[in-house]
Parts: sequence; C-alpha cells; structure tokens
Amino acid sequence: MAIETKSRESSEVETEVLATGCEAIAEAIRLADVDVMAAYPIRPYDGVMQAAAKLIANGKMDVEYIVADGEHSQFEIVKHACAVGSRVFVGSSGVGWFYAFEAIAVTAGLRLPVVAICGNRALDDPGAFGTEHNDSLAVRDLGWLLPWAETAQEALDLALMAWRIGEDKRVSLPVAIGLDGAFLTHSQHIVKIPSQAAVNKFLPKFDLGDRLLHPDNPITIAPQVDQDWLMEIRRQNDNAMRQALTVIREAHADYKRIFGRGGDNPFLDEYMTEDAEVVVIGQGTLSLPMKVAIRRLRKEGHKIGLVRLKWFRPFPTEEIVKSLTRFKAVGVIDRDYSFGSPFYGGVLYNEIRSALYSQAKRPVIVGFVAGLGGREIEQNMATEIFEKTEAAAKGGPSAGDVCHWIGVRE
Amino acid sequence: MAVETALPQIKGVKDVPYEELFVSGHRTCQGCESALVMRHMVKASGPRTIVLGSTGCMYVANTTYYTTPWVVPWMHTQLGASGSAALGTAAGLKVLMRKGKLKNEKINVIAFCGDGGGADMGLGAISATLTHKDYNCLVLLYDNESYANTDIQLSSMTPYGAVTTFSPSGEKKRLMHTRWKKNVPGMLAAGHPESRYIAAGCAAYAVDLMNKIRKALELGGPTFVHTLDPCPKGWDYHPQYSQELGHLAVECGIWPLYEVIDGMCNLTGPTRQIAEGRKKRKPVIEYLRRQGRFAHFADEDIEHFQAEVDKMWTDWLIPGVIPFTIPAKDQNILKIDKKPLHESKPA
Repeated sequence: MAIETKSRESSEVETEVLATGCEAIAEAIRLADVDVMAAYPIRPYDGVMQAAAKLIANGKMDVEYIVADGEHSQFEIVKHACAVGSRVFVGSSGVGWFYAFEAIAVTAGLRLPVVAICGNRALDDPGAFGTEHNDSLAVRDLGWLLPWAETAQEALDLALMAWRIGEDKRVSLPVAIGLDGAFLTHSQHIVKIPSQAAVNKFLPKFDLGDRLLHPDNPITIAPQVDQDWLMEIRRQNDNAMRQALTVIREAHADYKRIFGRGGDNPFLDEYMTEDAEVVVIGQGTLSLPMKVAIRRLRKEGHKIGLVRLKWFRPFPTEEIVKSLTRFKAVGVIDRDYSFGSPFYGGVLYNEIRSALYSQAKRPVIVGFVAGLGGREIEQNMATEIFEKTEAAAKGGPSAGDVCHWIGVRE
Repeated sequence: MAVETALPQIKGVKDVPYEELFVSGHRTCQGCESALVMRHMVKASGPRTIVLGSTGCMYVANTTYYTTPWVVPWMHTQLGASGSAALGTAAGLKVLMRKGKLKNEKINVIAFCGDGGGADMGLGAISATLTHKDYNCLVLLYDNESYANTDIQLSSMTPYGAVTTFSPSGEKKRLMHTRWKKNVPGMLAAGHPESRYIAAGCAAYAVDLMNKIRKALELGGPTFVHTLDPCPKGWDYHPQYSQELGHLAVECGIWPLYEVIDGMCNLTGPTRQIAEGRKKRKPVIEYLRRQGRFAHFADEDIEHFQAEVDKMWTDWLIPGVIPFTIPAKDQNILKIDKKPLHESKPA
C-alpha cells in the first residue's frame, strides 16, 4: 500500500504519500465512503481492487467488497447497488471492459452514477498488457463521462470529482476515469491525500431523491418504452451530458478552492503554449515524454507546446476551439485506432477536426497513431511527431489529411 | 435461535393474503402461467419487497411504460443478470442499513429470470450469488421452456424433441432438438451447499409455491426457486388448460416438486405421493399429446421420452432430484457410519 513519506511537510488538509495510480484511487474510495464495490481480476486496473482490499482488511474503510464471477456481473452488481442508494465503485481493463459492455450501456441509460476506472489496456487479440485507449473510447457514445488522468495525484483528484459530478442531479450519469495501464496504474508518484474533513466539504452525500428504489418509493425502473418514449428519454440523457460541462466547471473550481490543485482550465492542461506556433494534443500519460521533447526542441528554437485533453466526454468543444485556433498546426496523438475512419485517423483526431471544422481560422490538423499496446513513446518518436506537424503547418489545410503511424517497423 | 416469522406458512387457500401486489396493466397472453407465478410470488413476499426483473416475457409483456402492474418497487435487469441484480441490491441495502444511511428493516429482494435468462445466459451469475451467504436474496426462475417472448426459440430448458422456431419439424428431420432439459434446481442444490433453500415448484400448486417463496425469504441468505410454467403460445394448447398441464407435468413425473432446506431434500405435493408409492405416476403420453409442440412425435419419440423420465424415478439417487447414483455393488456406502473429523479430539 501507499507509503507515507516524511520528506515533505503534511498539512491538516492533506498527507503526502508515495502511491501508484491504483493506490491513489483506492484512497479516493476510502475518502468518498463508497458503499459497494465489485472486483474481478484483469490487469492492470485491478491494482485498485488489490489496494482497496488491503484497506478493508486493515479496517481503514467499510465497503461491501464483492468478488464477482465476471465483468458483466461486476458492473451489474454495482448498478443495482447504486439504484438502492449506494455510492459505488467498479472498474476493468481491455477485453474485460468489453465483457461488461451490456451492463456498461444500460448503466448510462438508467442514469445511475456509477464511478469506474478503466485501466487502459490493448484489446485482444493478439494479447498485450500495455496502454491503448480503445477500451474506454468504445463507450464514448453511450453517456459515460470520460476523463483521463496524467498522474496518480490527478487520478485521486478526478475520482473525488467523479462522484460529485456524476451524482449531481443535473448530470446523474456514470463516469469512467481513464488510467493508462502500467504507466499510471502501476507507477509510483508522490500523492497528496486530502483529509476526510476537507473531502466532506467538497463531496456531498449521495442522494437519488425520488429515483430511489425502495418499498417507500415503489417506482418501476426501466419499463418497456418502445418508440413512444425512447427519443424523449435519449434527449434527456443528451441534456444531462450538456449540463455536465457546467457541473464539471463548478466542481473543478470548488476543488481548486479547497485543495489548490487542478489548474485554471478544467478541460485542458496547456504546456509552453503561450508563444507556440505548433502544438500536439493527446490524453493521459503521453504528455510526459512530449513535455521532455518540448523542452529539448525549444532549445533548438522550435516554438512548440502541448495541450493535454482532460475530459473526452463531455467533449469541451468551446475550450478546444478557443485553444487550438491560436496555432498554425496541431498534431493529434491517438493512443488508439479507428480502422477505416476518415483519413484513417484515430478517434481523437477526427473528433478534434470535427470540433474545428466551422472555424474561419483553423489550424492544419495532422494525425498520429503512437504508443499502441503500451509501446513507449521515445524521444526520437516525439521529435518525428513535432517535425511532421511543423512541416504540415507550412502546407494548406489538406496537409493534415493524413495519419502517421509512429515508431512502426514496416 | 427463535426468530419471529414475518412470513408464516400459508395453511390453505383461505389463508392466502388478499392483497394484490401484481395487478392489471400487464399484457401477458391469456392463460400465462408465468404471470400467475409473478402474482403468487409478491403475494407471498408482501409489500416490503424489491423485485428485479430480467429481460424476458415477464419484462417485455409486464412493464409497458405508464401501465406498470407492479405495486412493489420493480427494476429491470439484463437477461443474464438476475443473480447479479439480486446480489447488488441485497448488498446495497445491507451496507446502507449498517452505516445508518437507510432505516434498518427487513426488505425482501427477489430477482426473477426466465429459462433463457436463468438456465442459459445467467446461470453463472446465479451460481455466484448462491455462494454469497451474507446477502439475503431470492432468485426465481420461471421456466416456460423457450424464449417465449422473442418468438419461441429453443432454450436449454426446452424439452426433448419439442418444436420451437429454432427446432421445426421437417421432412428430413422430424426432431431438430434432441438435447435433454437441464436439471437446474438439482444442479444448484448439489453445487451450492451453503444456500439454505432451493426448490422446484409450479403455479398449478399455488399454495405449495407461495410457501416455498416464503420459506426461501424467511431462511435468508441467497436462495433459489424454479417454477415450471405452462405456456399456451410456446407449447401450443388452448389457454384454458394451463393449470391442467401444470398438474400433468408433475403427475407424469416430468417435473418433480421438491425443496432442499439446509441440505435436506423434501419431495412435496404429488411428487412425494408418487415417490412413496401412494400415487401412480401417469404415462408421459398424457402430457405430450395435449400439446402441439409434440404433435410430430412418432411412437419411438414418446417411448424415448418415457424411458428418460423413467430413469429419473428408477435410477437417480434421489428421484427427480439427483441424476446420478452409486453402483449396486457399492450401495453399502450409504449405510456406513460416518464420523465427522472436526469433532474428534486430538490424542
């Protein structure tokens, strides 16, 4: 479990520990007073279940910890526990996430604010343990909120925000936090663990209100609505996702006020962009090698920077437009694939191009697929990404109608 | 430990609760025995009950938006999720009451599934649930022997040779379906020794069924009740004969009624009478010939069916329950004095 460090002073608001992304999430589960969680083994997400099990065994938290018979059961168990008013946690990775897919779909349809992590892992076959974002991204259309964490600290912060945002009555949607497999789930960082008192100020108690399934409130949930009502209900979910942008902004501002973390923009984390002409954008831990490359290449005179996307759903269109229209060219790094898509680009590439389509002044947007299956994005690859983006900046808009696979043996 | 019983056993038809908790508003077929199971189920459990309904007839036909027949709280669950729905709901209630977030009281949790949801897709989750002895929940499998809601496709519970839309009788193949029906309650009772109550019932024996539901809920922990539900649409007979076919299934020995309480098996109703020799088992032809789904049966098919049912009564360790036995030469094993190790004192 997390090792408490003595090197830095701990305030009454927080304690510093050395923890992996998974251990940081387990601490968030404890602080959020989660009622029910369901576990099933698959690497790499299940580090969080192992860490949580230790906290329970050692009496640090009181949670119904159910070891399920598969991911479908895992997600169904927490869905139903949530419907009777429990705060819940669940998670999976890769093909495990897909095994739960039916339950994942209905959880969003039911508007039940389940909080999950997806320890991003390449889908079988052939097998790979490492990061790929296709597991999380597969649910992008269903009504799950999808943030991605960069560090163990951000994983903990996002988890605490996830319950608050998901359980907010204006949203009432599930949240799946993306944690890059191994790079984040299993690497240790210094993490500030907030005090219970501070978390209580930030995170209200879960209250389903008149949607609680209980004999005192004998409602019928999810009857057969057919074509008579389905569109109206889908529209409500659409509205909830629109509301989520506001609720994220509020939660982010409150979190920053109480804990002093999170930066100015809830959706984007910009690095050395003030004078940048060319930037790359991506999600999760790929920002770390890209930041190193930016510092290195800037010494050679390249005016480059990084924009890290923190929330993929709801997609922060307004913030993306405001940010990316400042640059000549944008390289989109996808740690995913979307075979047969427009220009054979990754998922993020086409989302970003779509968001910027109607802008009079828009950058050239070029696509990169990199780091699949947990392959390291090395410095020579980062250099190549920036070189290709800078080259595209000199061309017309169609210079970006291409997706480069980086670091692939041909 | 003496526990005050909130759900006493029902002594007879006049003792059945008057209160209806499954009312009009559904659109099940005329003669639907599964709808009767639903009615009896909540009549037995009473109003402090949460019902989870897996996809199937009793979801699709029962819960059209704005016309719910459920007086008790009801929630849909996925086809293979009845076990998980029961578990999650029971776990949620338990922890919320322990933490003082919900008033501490007894709330019955019942998740139902059809034969497709329970015996095919959701069997694994039901099995898992029956091992979680800390949670009080009942899984009820209403078995109408096909995917009757979706078009009468065969399930692993469709009887040998029956016609379904996936097993039509044709010129080349008289029988498309030649698998023998799974023995689900027997399998679950054999495989889940910590489940305190597992039973097989039929709505044609309504009081027996309601008492089984009540015993399951009163004994607590994860429990399981399986009902055989004649289905006019899927079995192809006139709706007025549903009760009669339920009786025949039991009287022909095809569907034995029993309960396994804390490891003890009781045969109930006519099944018990047959086993004790007080009632003569009827030939299966009386049951088969009443249904269109067996109309294509040749004499040899009926003979095969009868032979298989006979085995349940002549060869099985417990008639109709445990489908294997020990060889005749080893019968004395059953009589050996077995001393438990855990009670022996170290020398």
